[in-house]
Amino acid sequence: MIITNFLSGIGRYVLLLRSAIAKPEKFSMYYKETIRQMDSIGVGSAFIVVMISLFIGAVTAVQFADQLGDSFVPNYYIGYIVRDIAIIEMAPTITCLVLAGKVGSNMAAEIGGMRQKEHIDAMEIMGVNTAAYLVMPKIIAAVVMIPMLVAIAAFISVIGGYAAVVFPGIISHAEYELGVRSFFQERYVFIMFVKAAVFAFLLTSVSCYQGYFVKGGSIELGEASTRSVVLSMVLILLFDYLIAVLLT
Amino acid sequence: MIRTDTLHKSFGDNHVLKGIDTEFYEGQCNLIIGRSGAGKTVLLKLLVGLFEPTEGQVYYDDVSFFDLSAKEKRAIRMKVGMLFQGNALFDSMTVEENVRFPLDMFTKMTAKEKQMRVDWCLERVSLEGSNPKYPSEVSGGMQKRVGIARAIVQKPRYLFCDEPNSGLDPRTAIVIDELIKDITREDEIITVINTHDMNSVMGIGDNIALLKGGHLVWRGQKEEVLRSEEEVLQEFIFASPFLKRLREDALKVRDGA
Repeated sequence: MIITNFLSGIGRYVLLLRSAIAKPEKFSMYYKETIRQMDSIGVGSAFIVVMISLFIGAVTAVQFADQLGDSFVPNYYIGYIVRDIAIIEMAPTITCLVLAGKVGSNMAAEIGGMRQKEHIDAMEIMGVNTAAYLVMPKIIAAVVMIPMLVAIAAFISVIGGYAAVVFPGIISHAEYELGVRSFFQERYVFIMFVKAAVFAFLLTSVSCYQGYFVKGGSIELGEASTRSVVLSMVLILLFDYLIAVLLT
Repeated sequence: MIRTDTLHKSFGDNHVLKGIDTEFYEGQCNLIIGRSGAGKTVLLKLLVGLFEPTEGQVYYDDVSFFDLSAKEKRAIRMKVGMLFQGNALFDSMTVEENVRFPLDMFTKMTAKEKQMRVDWCLERVSLEGSNPKYPSEVSGGMQKRVGIARAIVQKPRYLFCDEPNSGLDPRTAIVIDELIKDITREDEIITVINTHDMNSVMGIGDNIALLKGGHLVWRGQKEEVLRSEEEVLQEFIFASPFLKRLREDALKVRDGA
């Protein structure tokens, strides 16, 4: 039973995505919806992303400084470690885990609410390809905006690390700057963007799927929203590992 | 004409519709009546293609709907307008945006042409001036009228109404019924209404189909409803003691008692 449900779920997910890849009935309507989603995902999530990355950078720097203690590792390594951890792991993964909660649950609830209030049926009867109109703009908006948010998160994390260790005098400005400039590998930035784009696709498509096929009432809608967050998070962590294995 | 051919629909072990054969005519208010749970909404959703039949077929002017490709189905659906029981108005859009949505999505009309069409439709349902309001800011009856305006904005050939009077007071219900009847007559469209409101049946019904337990148990014109001695029809229509007494009185008068 569990295996049958799992396989049927995957089948419906693939079919939904296949239906979503279709020629828009009216390009301008899809464009408008994509811009609206970009605003909601990008601008709407900027504050929380900045706050989280600021503290992640600060905590990483303080804890690494503590671990270095009186060892022979030079102080400027703090800047180097904060930068690389932010770029490779913290910015894409933590940002997307947070967005799975904020953006993903919102998408599942929005589409699920439309299903329950018969908005999706109304659009279908008008002749709208609802899989395309409701899902594709969200995926495109997320795949464009989330990598930008992740890049901002990485930058802010480095600033947060700087504020946490330079202002209290743990290390000097010159040491932190030297660390941030040392051993830089461009491919880490590439990995960051690959992760961001893959995680963005996962969290939006899974959330849209959960909302699109919701049944029942408000309890089921809440469950679908929670399921979208949990599933997105698990998939993000799984793909984080797979990308790490494949690209490093 | 819309025609159903031996239409069956099951949900798992639950056999909801059992071989429905009926026809819905142009320029007429075709009513599907029956008690709650008789299968009216399932039949309506099958007619518009929201459900796939387990067996049987729906014909739109002799075109078998469920044999069409998704693209061909969409072409037919663009000729369909539907009024939902819960209105299904997009609550984040204003009244005007709701009515304009199908035009924005499917037509190449200019902004001015769209505005004229939307204003005409809102005027048609006596809602002129309600353009900037949100659905939550208007009454239930007005929401129904917005739903009708949205349903007719693309000049549909087929209009489906799922319990258009549910939740409305009797006076507003009559206004909505009259509006649907007028639109049907003026535009010569095929209107299919799913209802259990006897006022609607006697007020605007032309061609009536009675469902019971998933079966089509009676079909005929409105004039035949009162004359029919069919027990199952009388049982449904005169379920209310008040109407039952009225009928008995009328029969007594007719028989000269």
